[in-house]
Amino acid sequence: MPEGQALQPERRPVAFRGGGFLPRTSRAVGAIGFAVVLLAWQGALAAGWISPVFLPSPVEVALALRDLAASGELWRHLSISLYRIVLGWSFGTAAGLGVGSAMALFSLARSLGMPMISALFPIPKIALLPLLILWLGIGETSKVATIGLGVFFPTAIATYSGIDNVSRTLIRMAQSFGIPFGAIVCKVALPGALPSILSGMRISASIALLLVVSAEMIGAESGIGAFVLSAGNLMQTDQLVAGVAVLSVLGLLVGAALSAAEKALLSWR
Amino acid sequence: MKLAVDVRRHAYDDLLVLSDVSFTVADGEVVCIVGPSGCGKSTLLGIVGGLVRPTDGTVATEGALRPGTLNPVTFVFQDFALLPWRSVRDNVGFPLEHHRLSSADREARVSDALARTGLADFAGALPKQLSGGMRQRVGIARALAVEPALLLLDEPLSALDAQTRELLMDDFGRLWMGAGITALYVTHNLDEALRLADRIVVLSRRPGRIKDIVSVGIDRPDRTAVAAAPRLAVLRERLWSLIRDEAASADREMARA
Repeated sequence: MPEGQALQPERRPVAFRGGGFLPRTSRAVGAIGFAVVLLAWQGALAAGWISPVFLPSPVEVALALRDLAASGELWRHLSISLYRIVLGWSFGTAAGLGVGSAMALFSLARSLGMPMISALFPIPKIALLPLLILWLGIGETSKVATIGLGVFFPTAIATYSGIDNVSRTLIRMAQSFGIPFGAIVCKVALPGALPSILSGMRISASIALLLVVSAEMIGAESGIGAFVLSAGNLMQTDQLVAGVAVLSVLGLLVGAALSAAEKALLSWR
Repeated sequence: MKLAVDVRRHAYDDLLVLSDVSFTVADGEVVCIVGPSGCGKSTLLGIVGGLVRPTDGTVATEGALRPGTLNPVTFVFQDFALLPWRSVRDNVGFPLEHHRLSSADREARVSDALARTGLADFAGALPKQLSGGMRQRVGIARALAVEPALLLLDEPLSALDAQTRELLMDDFGRLWMGAGITALYVTHNLDEALRLADRIVVLSRRPGRIKDIVSVGIDRPDRTAVAAAPRLAVLRERLWSLIRDEAASADREMARA
């Protein structure tokens, strides 16, 4: 075509410009990164760049872990920490679910609860431990109560906002079929709030881990927190880092358990 | 079941939403309510279904109920209102759960409703696995399972694409024919109203008042025939002339708000 020929000099290809913003994760790269860090750490100690007084080598940490596990010392500390976490987390979660639901459903509870939660939530709960020790003694109760308090607030807020955000249409649908109030709460509001409640649990679980270690560092003979603190006081850095590694694994396991729960309970999303 | 609606006034705070809306629906009649956006159509349906308390007004139904009717006044919602964590079967069975029914009766109601809406093969599916049209079929099956005497449909096809809408209108026609269900159907789509309604109530823009009530006067099955097209076109023109200015000024009002 003559016109086409005439337009030829003006002809330009449309350049591709839709690239990027699609990051992918590779397990292999992650594993290699991990290995490089461990090797560099071991190498820096072997080369004498880092004093073993301040940082043990990965191999020493692994050996310390093995000894701790073999002697039963690890399990003794871990089990008491787990006991505190499970107890405190359960109490805090139960109370948070109850109060959060009440705030989402009833005007009185909402009017009372909102300002109180707003005022108390920002307090770092560990600051209350001395007071709780005065009230409840240095034993288990004050530690469990600290964890419970720390867990309570995020759970209550997650439950409240979860129920509050359940689609209004679903509530109206249930009402339009004459479903009684209690059944609407159990069959519509709470299941609808479950995604929010579970993500609240992710937060509350990490708070429980943080608080158990803090509380054990303040006043306990046993538990991972106490173990890490006394290892530090004795300059046993291999034991110290081993304790920290155990905490990391504990955190990972809790996260994995919650992911599994989300996968099982929220497959409908 | 007959229905008498008499909403003298309905206001949110100072905003008057409905004013002097009264009409009746005869037993087995399908009445569509059309009007511009924000004219209070859905609010009116909420009032009729007992979900919204009118500022001043009454709604009454009259007529004997069949023994199987569990929820005489039953809604079908625009956004389907399905419980996303329940399968199709359990969504349809949801309104039956607080009724004392034998499990055989319960299952029979659910499977009958699923069969009538063509969902039998999807009983185990979750809502997220279904297309919009199938989801609304679940909403309809759920309404049928309680054997309603009065169906309140709140823009049931507005969230669907044009082709799906066409298919579901056929379904409605088929389901209603001979079933003797009285229905109040809110829509902003004149073609839907002309296809399904016996009478069409035209509301003005806010505050919603009745501008006119138009009888379609063509047998429902005949309306898709080519022969009916000229008469329907005349009716459509008449409805549009009633709504046009209202819709235009409602549109400008929204832009200002």
